[in-house]
Amino acid sequence: MEGDIDVVRLHDAVVLSSGFPLLSGVDLRIGAGSLSVVTGANGAGKTSLLRLLAGLIPLTSGVATVAGIDLAEGDPRQLRRRVGWLGHEGSFYDDLSVRENLVFAARALDRPTSEIGSVVERVGLSHRIDTTTRQLSAGQRRRLGLAWLLLRRPELWLLDEPYASLDDDGRTFFDALLGDVVASGATVVVSAHDPLRSAALNPRTILLAGGRVVGDN
Amino acid sequence: MFRTALLVAAKDLRIELRSRVLLWQVVPFGVVALLLSGLALGPAHAGNSSAGPGLFYLVTLFVALLMINRSQAIESTPGTKASIATLGLDPAGVFLGKSLALCVELWATGLVLLAGAILVLHTALHGALVALPSIGVTLAAMAAAGTLYGALTAGGDGAATLLPVLTLPAFAPLLIAGERSFSAALHGGALWEWWVILTVALVAYLAVGVLLYGVLEES
Repeated sequence: MEGDIDVVRLHDAVVLSSGFPLLSGVDLRIGAGSLSVVTGANGAGKTSLLRLLAGLIPLTSGVATVAGIDLAEGDPRQLRRRVGWLGHEGSFYDDLSVRENLVFAARALDRPTSEIGSVVERVGLSHRIDTTTRQLSAGQRRRLGLAWLLLRRPELWLLDEPYASLDDDGRTFFDALLGDVVASGATVVVSAHDPLRSAALNPRTILLAGGRVVGDN
Repeated sequence: MFRTALLVAAKDLRIELRSRVLLWQVVPFGVVALLLSGLALGPAHAGNSSAGPGLFYLVTLFVALLMINRSQAIESTPGTKASIATLGLDPAGVFLGKSLALCVELWATGLVLLAGAILVLHTALHGALVALPSIGVTLAAMAAAGTLYGALTAGGDGAATLLPVLTLPAFAPLLIAGERSFSAALHGGALWEWWVILTVALVAYLAVGVLLYGVLEES
C-alpha cells in the first residue's frame, strides 16, 4: 500500500516543550498513499508526533520534511494548508451551525460552497446541518471534523484519536471512509490506543514509547 | 488580505449575534456601571459635572476589556486553534477582521452607553452628537490595539489579569484624547488636535497589527 514517494521523513527528530522532551530522536518515513496507525500508551508522544507533522509545534532539532517542506526552514503556514488535522478536542466554532462552519472553511480555502451539501450527506449529518456545533454529540462533532477534511481534500490526513466518542456504527463508517481516502491517493496517519479494527485496511502500525519509535510493522 | 478580513469579521459578528454575550452580559454591565457613576456624582452634580466624558470612557474601557477577552476566547480553545491554523489564513487579514468585528461591537455598545450618559449623566445631546465622530475613531483605535494585545495574552493562564495591565498604557493616550475631544464638543475648545492624535494612533495600531499579528499568533 505504501507508495514510493515519502510524504513524511523524520531523522533524529526532537521536540522539546519547556525543556521536556515530547519526541526524542524519532526516525520515520511514511510513503504517499499509505495508512499508518501510531499507537502507544498515554504520554508516548502520539499527539506530539501528529502535531509536529501538522506544523503545529516546532521541531527542536533533527531533520523533518513533510509534504516536501522542511520543518526546520520552511514556513509552517505553507505546510498547514496542505495537511488536514482532526484533533481529539472540539475543533470548531461552537456558536456556528454545521453549515456555517463549513462555509467558513470553504471560503477560507477558496473552495466552492456548493460541495457542502454532498460532503455533509456523506458523513451522515444532513439532518443536523443547521444545528449549532454546541448542540452536537461528541460523535457528531467527529463527523463534522471529517466533513471539514473532505471539503479540504488535504494530501496528508492527521487524525488524533479519531475513534474516541464513536459508537460501533461510527467506527464502521469511519473505517470505510478511511479506506476511500487512502484509495483516492491521500496519505493518512491515525493515532489510536488500539490497532484499527478493520483488517481490510491493513494499516502499518508504528509503536511509540517515551517519544521514540520502538516498533514498526 | 481584505477578503480574509471580511470573512473573519463576518464570522465573529455572526458568533456574537448567535451567542448574544454582548447583548445580555456586556451591555447590561456597562449600563449598570454608568448608573453607578451617576449615583456617585449625585443628582445635584450630574448635569453640571465635567466628568461625563471621562466616566463615559472609563465605562467603555471596562466594557472593551470584556469584549477583547471574548473576541480572543472564540479562537483560543486548543482544538479550534489547531483546525483554524490548518486553513492557513493570512494573519494580517485575521487581525483586520477581528479588529473590524470588535470595532462594530464597540460602536454598538458605545451608542448605548452614550444614550445612557445623556439620560443618566445629563450629557448635552447636541455636544454628544458633535463628539460622535471622535468617539467612533477612539473606539476603532481601541479595537485595533485591543485585538493586538488580546492575541498577545490569548491562551495564557493569566490572560484575564494580563490584558488590562498590558493594554492600559496603549489605551491611555486614546482615552485622554477621546475624553478631551468629547469635552471640547460639550464645552467648546479645539477639536482637531485630538482628531489628529486619534487618527495617527488608529493608523499606527493598524499598521503594527498587520505587521506583527502573525508573529503573535505563532508565539
